[in-house]
Amino acid sequence: MAPVQAQAVPVTSENAIVPEKARDGIDLEINAERYRHTGDPQMPLLWYLRDVLRLTGTKYAGMRGETGADLVLLNGKAVSAVAQPMAKLAGKSVTTVEGLAANDGSLHPVQQAFIDEDAIGCGYCTPGWLIAAVDLLRRKPNPSDDDIDQLPNLCRCGCQTRVRRAIKRVAAGKAGQA
Amino acid sequence: MNDHIPADRIRLSRRRFLQVLAGGAGVLMVGIRTASAADAPLPLAMLGDTFYDLGAYVRIDSDGNVLIGARDPDTGTGVATSLPRIIADELDADWNTVSVVALGLGVSDNNGQPRWTYGHQVGGVGGSIPAAWNDLRQVGALARWLLLQAAAHRLGVPADKLRCDAGTVIAPDGRRFSYASLAEDASKIALPNNPPAVKTPDQYRLIGKPAGDVDARAIVTGQMQYAIDQHYGEALVAVLAHCPWPDGTLAHIDTNDTLAVKGVVKVLQLKPEPGQLLGNTVIAPAVAVLAEDTWSALQGRQKLKLEWKPGASGSESSNSLEQQAGALLAGKTDPTARVRNDGDVDAASRKAARRLDAIYYQPWLAHATAEPMNCLVRLDKDHASVVVPTQAPQKAWAVVQRLTGLGPAQIEISVPRIGGGYGRRLDHDYVAEAVMLAKAVDKPVRLLWTHGEDLDHDYYRSGSVHQLSAIIDHKRQLTGWNQRLASASALIHRGVPDNRLWTSELQADQLPAALVPNYRSDWYALNASIPRGPMRGMPQLSNAFAVESFIDEIAHSMKEDPLDTHLRLLGAPRQLSLSAGGVLDTGRLTNVLKLVADRIGWKNWLHSVNGLGIACWHVDGAYVAHAIEVAMQGEKLIIHRVVCAVDVGRVINPQGLEGQVAGATLDALSIALNLAITFKDGQIQQHNFKDYPLASMAQLPNAVEVIVVPNDDLPPTGASLLAMPTAAPALANAVFRATAVRVRRLPLMKELLRLL
Repeated sequence: MAPVQAQAVPVTSENAIVPEKARDGIDLEINAERYRHTGDPQMPLLWYLRDVLRLTGTKYAGMRGETGADLVLLNGKAVSAVAQPMAKLAGKSVTTVEGLAANDGSLHPVQQAFIDEDAIGCGYCTPGWLIAAVDLLRRKPNPSDDDIDQLPNLCRCGCQTRVRRAIKRVAAGKAGQA
Repeated sequence: MNDHIPADRIRLSRRRFLQVLAGGAGVLMVGIRTASAADAPLPLAMLGDTFYDLGAYVRIDSDGNVLIGARDPDTGTGVATSLPRIIADELDADWNTVSVVALGLGVSDNNGQPRWTYGHQVGGVGGSIPAAWNDLRQVGALARWLLLQAAAHRLGVPADKLRCDAGTVIAPDGRRFSYASLAEDASKIALPNNPPAVKTPDQYRLIGKPAGDVDARAIVTGQMQYAIDQHYGEALVAVLAHCPWPDGTLAHIDTNDTLAVKGVVKVLQLKPEPGQLLGNTVIAPAVAVLAEDTWSALQGRQKLKLEWKPGASGSESSNSLEQQAGALLAGKTDPTARVRNDGDVDAASRKAARRLDAIYYQPWLAHATAEPMNCLVRLDKDHASVVVPTQAPQKAWAVVQRLTGLGPAQIEISVPRIGGGYGRRLDHDYVAEAVMLAKAVDKPVRLLWTHGEDLDHDYYRSGSVHQLSAIIDHKRQLTGWNQRLASASALIHRGVPDNRLWTSELQADQLPAALVPNYRSDWYALNASIPRGPMRGMPQLSNAFAVESFIDEIAHSMKEDPLDTHLRLLGAPRQLSLSAGGVLDTGRLTNVLKLVADRIGWKNWLHSVNGLGIACWHVDGAYVAHAIEVAMQGEKLIIHRVVCAVDVGRVINPQGLEGQVAGATLDALSIALNLAITFKDGQIQQHNFKDYPLASMAQLPNAVEVIVVPNDDLPPTGASLLAMPTAAPALANAVFRATAVRVRRLPLMKELLRLL
């Protein structure tokens, strides 16, 4: 049987498939990848992360981020994701808890120290504590107890004393060691 | 250091897991035939013959993967780690090859009635470990027995000549057979008539050894999927505006601005019948905004114009209830319940050398979980899929069943790790709401409460007023004790008979019952309509604060070291029968008390610059004591040291236990220092974590020193709430030594600053 000949369809203005022009939006970088938000510019980063990108490590933490579970690093500094409208984030770089580990899966020393010190209760607020701890250790590589006292996070499971140990473990360069 | 689950373990979905369990070559399925603890509020008729059901927990595949199911929801109590380790130890599995699967609800259809596949499935109420100790050891032992039989057949050697070690069977000649290579044969072996023997304690390899949380890696990398993180592609997001009064009604609604918000799809009213009970809980009327995403839904809710009309509860206030309590206790009316009456308190009172009286006040409390109430529901014609943070999946099932009319096995309830429970998720109003909405829109629904909704529409712990009297004779002995408590029972509307409503408020066996010859405790019911419900540490939290503070007052009045007062009260080590069953072992209680005293340097209590406080309690056969050291710096209370000793019998996972004890201590301190729910005109006055301020890092101690008493001869007890009751009284007693101010009203900071 003869092979079916491909039939060329004449292109008219009615049936032409034209790629859509790139939509206008807010360009930003999240966990070293580039994204363009094309929805409501007033949408807080929290809901963009959770509902649009399905990056759910950053948690709902109250309408004003009271528990700190929605902290992310914005250009390296810990901020509440619910307080950041997307409109403010053009050209900015965001790191969420999902972006803390290296590409090969090896953990950030703070993540490892949280495991080592069992600094986890239910775990819901842990991403926020991790971000706050990374931010603190960037500013103060050897933080005092008073520095650690300034962390804004809340936790009902009572992981605070173990978080303190984890931060000190990182400062002492002992994350991952028994 | 500790044996952690290796990275990149495959986390099969529950459905896939069950499918795999249901068949397939090389898969060993193991179940149990056993009775297990019932969940008290569930009607017996609903249980059918499920206590004798065959359930599946262990899967060993031919690739060497060992999957172990965790049946109880993990609210942060660590049961997803400890329960599978109990099975893995009996199985002699190599923990490094074990993956844990959160099982979700196990239910099958037994002539239209549910059969609970896994028996006990309740989390966060302290029952998981004792129940597991009763039956889950057999699960592992049976799996191990089957593997040994398979190896015996293959080798032609009697099974008792073989031994197991870390996932292998070892023959007398030293040959080793991996469980993976035996799994297929083992799965074909008939179950024995009698359950194989479980290990003797000297054979344990995992039980008693520290282990990190199986979910730790997923949590720190942000990969852990809580219910709030899950979705079905086309699901609508629903947020609610609840009526401020559970018995109120909607007087006026204007949805125009809401519907104009881009992304908002629908506005629906949820109108429960007045007083309607679903899942044992009252549901307030609400207006739901359904939208394509959370942001649109929240904006839409903000633009709702609603007028609510109060019901009968609209005049209630926390102040008026406290006045009601005061009047009840000051009056001569008979108590609602006489909980305990030993000896003759009145006669002892007449012979007293001294009598001491005090009144303690404690506020209403909310659960304030980190993960708010939420529920993902997908309803198909003959199937319901529900992903929900619930502590009691069987009760969630009952709510879904009632609202959908589906058959028992047509309802699938997945329970991922939960962002805190504390008893809030034993009630399922939010499940009912999500199901009702999904029915109404004929689409999957992802319901999200905000923290504000959580705080304003909770099932609260009642505020309470405790009137205490101590009778001391001429020999400085405590010969009489009278406690009169007024509070609103948490058990109302929950099918509990009136003469048992006191059980959520007071324990017949609480200290110093059984230690004082003339002892009386009475409960007075407050007439209140604000919703109440179970809460972690209830009723120990409020009673231990009043009782252990008061014992400190007694010591002070006798110019005695409060440790000595305690030790005299506890007396010689002996076992006293408790009215609720079990015993009070005064030796074990004395021991934890002495341990914390030694560790904190109690000898110097009188001369210490800082204030030292101590307290002890017993909870369901476990024992706890706290010693705390504080100082005031101006208006700042510094908690310098906290020591907690616990005796829980056998310890399953010491690392997990330490976390639970430290965590419960900090939570109890946070509650005692800051937290109170108040209401006025029937409306809650706290709407966020600024109004209901969980303790900040700075307010809390830098460390909690945990001492675990080795007591491996006794069966394990639950520990998730154990460390709560004594933290607040030890704190208040320390504050008294530091400031000479006796705090008899919580929250402590507000009262202390008022009195200083």
